[in-house]
Amino acid sequence: MQALGIEVLFKGSNFARLLGGLWVALEISLISVLLSIILGIFFGIIMTSKNPIVRIFTRIYLEIVRIMPQMVLLFIVFFGTTRVFGWNLSAEAASIIVFTFWGTAEMGDLVRGAVTSIPKHQYESSYALGMTNVQTYYHIVIPQTLRRLIPLSINLVTRMIKTTSLVMMIGVVEALKVAQQIIEANRMSSPNAAFGVFAAVFVLYFLACWPISLLAGFLEKKWGG
Amino acid sequence: MRKNRLLSILALLTALVMTVTVFAGCGNSSNGDSDSKSTGAIYRTLDEITKSGTIKIGVFSDKNPFGYVDENGEYQGYDVYFAERLAKDLGVKVEYVSTEAASRIEYLQTGKVDIILANFTVTDERKEEVDFALPYMNVALGVLSPNSKVIKSLDDIGENDEVIVISGTTAETYFAQNHPEIKLQKYDTYAAAKTALENGNGVAWANDNTEVIAYSLQNDGYTVGIPSLGSNDTIAPAVSKGNSTLLDWINEEIETLGQENFFHKDYEATLKDTYGSEYEDQLVVEGGKVSE
Repeated sequence: MQALGIEVLFKGSNFARLLGGLWVALEISLISVLLSIILGIFFGIIMTSKNPIVRIFTRIYLEIVRIMPQMVLLFIVFFGTTRVFGWNLSAEAASIIVFTFWGTAEMGDLVRGAVTSIPKHQYESSYALGMTNVQTYYHIVIPQTLRRLIPLSINLVTRMIKTTSLVMMIGVVEALKVAQQIIEANRMSSPNAAFGVFAAVFVLYFLACWPISLLAGFLEKKWGG
Repeated sequence: MRKNRLLSILALLTALVMTVTVFAGCGNSSNGDSDSKSTGAIYRTLDEITKSGTIKIGVFSDKNPFGYVDENGEYQGYDVYFAERLAKDLGVKVEYVSTEAASRIEYLQTGKVDIILANFTVTDERKEEVDFALPYMNVALGVLSPNSKVIKSLDDIGENDEVIVISGTTAETYFAQNHPEIKLQKYDTYAAAKTALENGNGVAWANDNTEVIAYSLQNDGYTVGIPSLGSNDTIAPAVSKGNSTLLDWINEEIETLGQENFFHKDYEATLKDTYGSEYEDQLVVEGGKVSE
């Protein structure tokens, strides 16, 4: 125990601080995930458009998100908006905007893929049954799309949760930052604390992401077949 | 029909994005400082800070012993000890912002903090971006060598001897520019350099003097033969460029604190455990006056 440095976790309020940090990470990522899913579904449907102008704009947006490192986006939104517009966004708000901006694009692309993978005869059959466009989407296309989306979007959600560790760069103290603080504060007394503390962070992230994977498995089974 | 549906969805999406943006925008203006907007400057003047009752100070939260967070979640360290005193003498509460080395200048340029007290070394490039107050600490290079053959000056280094440095540090640059005749052994990480020294791969290890001093105190058999080498850099508080009222106040404060030997007390409270008292006068700058 001593050698692994687990004991530093139980000094003072260290463990509570680590949990607090995890909560900050989850709060930012879950709000962003929720917004991304809602906006991403709309964005994905827009992406299936055949209108060339719409396609160019959606393509540009998606490529910007893919090419720009999230860190750069965080700096642009947190510091850049203050420089250019004089807005004083809180670091948390800036993080949520960046993660939603990212998540919407990626989610949209997943939705686009899922929608276009629905065979043409599904549309034709429903039109033949006399359904309107809205009815076709509501009863035929969207339910099938959602099923195909689940495994893909869970991947995105867990990725978003993990990437929140970047928000420490704009001063948000989340799980990984608290871990670094604990390790550094005990640099002299427990030089090997890094192993134990990071192991604890690993377990915490696992516990946070695992229920999401379980839920996905459950939904896939329930809706599948 | 198809086109109409797309258009309405597009409109809806735009509306949603706008709502999110406006929401975020509103949230800020209520807690953001309206004072700075009236003067047109990005920073808060001394008056605005005292009126608001809180000063925002950017510190490191994971650089023990300069700025770190203890097990009770309280900020501690040499920089923090000074920050507490500044806030006390100004009669305001202090709000610490956890900064990273790479974002310190941005924080000041956007006025998101009033002062940076994060082990900030004064350099000419940085002076163009921010305003530095009087220094409160010295940094220089130090050279560490085994007790069996202590290197007391660079002349002690033989023609075939090699000096260990970490790539990308000021030590590497210093030797490359000023002593190209001295052979260097370069390592990428602190741990690798340490192992190389312990294995006797080089005659000495050159690094920031605080690092080698701390090393010699924790490991028997090594001495810092040269505690201060090269250009003496200083560490100072920094404020947003042009914030002269705050800058002047900090400078006066540092001079006043010199009369009560404040930074020596700070050193003894925060740094002595790591660096011992032998090098106290070499590291501390009292009253803003660099000796020599």
